[in-house]
Amino acid sequence: MTLSVAFRHGFPGLDLDIRFDAPEGVTALFGPSGCGKSTTTNVIAGLLRPDSGRIALQDRVLFDGRTDLAPQARRIGYVFQDPRLFPHMTVERNLRYPSRWHRGAARDFDRVIELLALGPLLSRYPATLSGGEKQRTAIGRALLSDPALLVMDEPLAALDESRKAEIMPWLERLRDEIRLPILYVSHSVPEVLRLATTLVLMHAGRVTHAGPLSDVLADPQLAPQLGAREAGALIMARVEAREADGMLRVATSGGPMLLPDLDAPIGRLLRLRILAHEVILSRDAPHGLSALNILPTTVLQLTGGLVQLGLGRERMLAQVTPRSVAALDLRPGTACFAIVKSVSVLPA
Amino acid sequence: MSFGLGPQEWQAVQLSLLVSLVATAASLPLATATAWLLARRRFPGHGLLSGIVHLPLILPPVVTGYLLLIVFGTQGAVGGFLKELGIILAFRWTGAALAAAVMAFPLMVRAIRLGFEAVDPKLEQAAATLGAPRGWIFLSVTLPLLMPAILAGATLGFAKAMGEFGATITFVSNIPGQTQTLPSAIYAFLETPGGEGPAMRLVVISVIVAMGAVLLSEFLARRMVRN
Repeated sequence: MTLSVAFRHGFPGLDLDIRFDAPEGVTALFGPSGCGKSTTTNVIAGLLRPDSGRIALQDRVLFDGRTDLAPQARRIGYVFQDPRLFPHMTVERNLRYPSRWHRGAARDFDRVIELLALGPLLSRYPATLSGGEKQRTAIGRALLSDPALLVMDEPLAALDESRKAEIMPWLERLRDEIRLPILYVSHSVPEVLRLATTLVLMHAGRVTHAGPLSDVLADPQLAPQLGAREAGALIMARVEAREADGMLRVATSGGPMLLPDLDAPIGRLLRLRILAHEVILSRDAPHGLSALNILPTTVLQLTGGLVQLGLGRERMLAQVTPRSVAALDLRPGTACFAIVKSVSVLPA
Repeated sequence: MSFGLGPQEWQAVQLSLLVSLVATAASLPLATATAWLLARRRFPGHGLLSGIVHLPLILPPVVTGYLLLIVFGTQGAVGGFLKELGIILAFRWTGAALAAAVMAFPLMVRAIRLGFEAVDPKLEQAAATLGAPRGWIFLSVTLPLLMPAILAGATLGFAKAMGEFGATITFVSNIPGQTQTLPSAIYAFLETPGGEGPAMRLVVISVIVAMGAVLLSEFLARRMVRN
């Protein structure tokens, strides 16, 4: 199931020209506030009619100027930034609200209750729920409208850090257990890294890039859009063995790496996040270093303060100063060693 | 069941209750629709409609009554047509109800419009994405959230209708048993030597009804805020 989006819409002060495809999995719409993310989700859900364009979910045209399906007919579950629960209904009545119009909803009720642990909340009114509980209820209600696509517009933005941490595992469960394409709007890099498989970068009403998350993270031109501190690659690794001292040996396309003690079974796929400022480059094979992970790489391109390195089939980034570039005589094709100071691990 | 009231006083109280109930019930749906238009729609003539709705609140009631007489009197444009249908408003209790409804209308619209503005349209959007048709969204989301405001508006309108005097006496006069409402009766008793007693009893009833309406309205408004 692919969502195809292409539309133009003019606001005073902002002209939007948005086009991207969202394949299966979680597609994150990422960009600064005011760049048009919520407008885009509203257009997709049918809450805002664009000046022109075409929105389609696989073969089903939702909008193309001639066709303009009402929000009711689009089968898009929408989780808003504010939970928008009906204040005069209990949690249970909120959850059952869509079932009058969606046959499948009654069948899924128990599963959704179980998935989001909503059982103890059913008889409560929204005013008595915490922010996290409200958002969980809103997610459940959207799921029970039997959607073909789930749109989440910064569902965690209104929550504090501990509530975010409380909701995040539910979102991961959703992604892994309910095979539903999800469009996830965010301006938080940690959320995008944990959830997304595809990344759509937006800036001032335009899509500047759309593609697999790991491609964007390893692209020295695009990575800075996520913020200088966040630049760095995401590479796949498979757990191979546990060493005698407890370190975990993993295989990457650039060679084996060692990770500190981590509770992961042999064969498990992991995503390794290697930040650009945690990577040091050396022309010669270094000796006598405390760093454990030293990978042979080749320079692919240099942009600004970032060097893109080839690591087998994958790419990673290193942050260097112009003086280092000159001292090491780095240019595309240069072979060098990447010394990785630290790695963080995300479940694949 | 006369609570120590004379027949003319009792008639006035009964007539006032009837007139006010009919006036409130008849204008409530129209007031709700008008409030919806003013709160939720932007259209050419929005300001003009708002002005016309509020006119009875600003005009001297005598002027409103006189305008009603011109339009709805048996010789009037609308009144003449209604007379063909056998409906006569001028100098009848139905005319008193019309005058009370017109005078109470702006108060009801104001209260209900505030209610509409307090109902978040985002909730209605959410209901639409969940598959609910427009009519059902109004019944299941908008109306329940609006109910306290509608009740408050109805209470205010009823109280205003109970107290309406100027437009009523101009439009339907002051005929005991026919068009003599509570305020008209008080006025008539005060004009009559020895009428202070009955007038005072009706004043007490007026105060009780008005206070009751205001307290009820306050109570409902507070409930709305809590929601």
